[in-house]
Amino acid sequence: MQERKPRFVSLSGLDMNRVYTSADLKDWSSDDELGAPGEFPYTRGVYPTMYRGRLWTMRQFAGFGSAEDTNRRFKYLLQHGQNGLSVAFDMPTLMGVDADDPRAHGEIGHCGVAISSLDDMDRLFDGIPLDEVTTSMTINGPAAVIFAMYLAVAERRGIRHELLDGTLQNDILKEYIAQKEWLFPPEPSLRLITDTIAYCAEHAPKWHPVSISGYHIREAGSTAVQELAFTLYDGLTYVEAAVKAGLPVDRFAPQLSFFFNAHSDFFEEIAKFRAARRLWAREMTRRYRPTDPRSAQLRCHAQTAGCSLTAQQPMNNVVRTTIQALAAVLGGTQSLHTNSMDETLALPTEGSVKLALRTQQIIAQESGVTNSVDPLGGSYYVEALTNRLEEAALDYFRRLDDMGGMVRAIEQGFPQREILDASQRYQRELEWKERIIVGINEYVEPEERSIPILKVGQEVEREQVARLSDLRKTRDPFKMAGSVEELQEAVSCGENVMPYLIEVVKAKATLGEICTALKEVLGTYREPVVL
Amino acid sequence: MAIASAPLRILIGKVGLDGHDRGVKLIARALRDAGVEVIYTGLHRTPEQVVNTAIQEDVDAIGLSILSGAHKTLFRRVLELLKEQDAEDIALFGGGIIPDEDVTTLTADGVKALFRPGAPIQEVVEFVKGLKWRD
Repeated sequence: MQERKPRFVSLSGLDMNRVYTSADLKDWSSDDELGAPGEFPYTRGVYPTMYRGRLWTMRQFAGFGSAEDTNRRFKYLLQHGQNGLSVAFDMPTLMGVDADDPRAHGEIGHCGVAISSLDDMDRLFDGIPLDEVTTSMTINGPAAVIFAMYLAVAERRGIRHELLDGTLQNDILKEYIAQKEWLFPPEPSLRLITDTIAYCAEHAPKWHPVSISGYHIREAGSTAVQELAFTLYDGLTYVEAAVKAGLPVDRFAPQLSFFFNAHSDFFEEIAKFRAARRLWAREMTRRYRPTDPRSAQLRCHAQTAGCSLTAQQPMNNVVRTTIQALAAVLGGTQSLHTNSMDETLALPTEGSVKLALRTQQIIAQESGVTNSVDPLGGSYYVEALTNRLEEAALDYFRRLDDMGGMVRAIEQGFPQREILDASQRYQRELEWKERIIVGINEYVEPEERSIPILKVGQEVEREQVARLSDLRKTRDPFKMAGSVEELQEAVSCGENVMPYLIEVVKAKATLGEICTALKEVLGTYREPVVL
Repeated sequence: MAIASAPLRILIGKVGLDGHDRGVKLIARALRDAGVEVIYTGLHRTPEQVVNTAIQEDVDAIGLSILSGAHKTLFRRVLELLKEQDAEDIALFGGGIIPDEDVTTLTADGVKALFRPGAPIQEVVEFVKGLKWRD
């Protein structure tokens, strides 16, 4: 019988065969390519028992309005069975801008929570035991400053830094590549990241100082191969910077973690997670010869693909998210965020975020997919796909090596252009109906039913501005100015900035003031425009 | 002062603090491919910078992308500045994560069109091509 189409192509543009057989796995040996779960090259998972030992951490990214609003949402999620926190900051915070800066007007509390000072951070975690929860913070440009605030809040409560468990995103390379929220040029940013890595190695051994992120690269329109390649290469760049700064690889590499997208092409995504673990294990071993096996283990968080959701027929998004979440679980993720159905319209409501969390609970408790480790291991198709993704990523590695590394490649606009071209190809496929998205270019409904959405009021901005004004009036200005000067001095001398940042946030300098002081020493960045 | 045979000139840009530029760049490329002269501002522009560039470059319209939730403040500010500078004949349109009721309000305020996730690019191109040249 004739097939429906001349070609069957994955979401990333890879051609798929009608059927896969042992012929597709010639020279393939399960000892070399798979290993046992928890063993090199970790294709089957980083732990021997995987979800039989412990389920993944269900971690919904949340943040909106004031610190109090988000604190209430955190408690709501914990009460409904979530086991880790994940903070979404608003745009001014992400860009190191205070709430009373004119550039922040209209942005406060809209796409995350507004945090301008140590007191805001304290309110955000009010009543939440920092030594019992794990906290992930999605912050990059000003990551070191926000981390200093978290450490200082722990100090206020008498909790030692070595007890803190969580993750700082702190991945600036993907900002230049995809998400485009940076404060300083690449080289000084890498140095701040190395400082946080060194600080954690010494004082906060349970903390993950960098979450090397492919999520945003994928959301910007990349293919699965580009996501895999650029993310792992970013990771190698951080490792190289830390090793160059004199840190032995085993002192810090076990604390690195990753963050991937879980997109709609089910098997391609599963293969991506498996290829990522194998590739990281092999490259880390080849390049740095670690002795601690954990240095070569890729542990990751995953989030379903926000860019796959549609504003049209929003209920369909629940189904998309379920398929994507299942791919992340079959791929062996350590933690997961499932998007809510209303996120193409606004931040999620309480009800929609609960449904997203329930989706994970149903997969975990009802579907049975957690009963065996890497249940798809050995499938001709999945193994052939895993090989292909690894090979294609290695091809990018060679090109990036030839360009002199990721920073040089970014300055030339290379990853940016690759991603833009891929996103344009995808868009053309939709326009020409080579790819069908339900409710977008097929099965379109003329009348859309609207769903309730979350609103953030103007009062958040007024309150936040008033609070900052109070803070500036009540703090000791001499102590504050003195600590800022000491910070700038330390940055100029090449000392680790973390201890100075902790002092400066305790002296009640605001996020914006600290970032401005850092920019005076480290400089600012304007991207090469790639169009 | 464009003459009828000249191509449309459109300023495409991102205002506010968010850096999500996937959509805006696809729109810029699609318009360019459709024969429109596109001036792309890059990221993190203020409404003041956008309006000044639009006037200096003598564009026929401004298209702005905002995905941070600050759309009401920023679109209104651009409209206000266009009025202050006596340049209300420059059409303003945009796109982003914008709820229904904000689309209604902003359109009533004078934004000519707002495109949301899932809008076909061709729809944006058709809209732009249907715009009148300034005279």
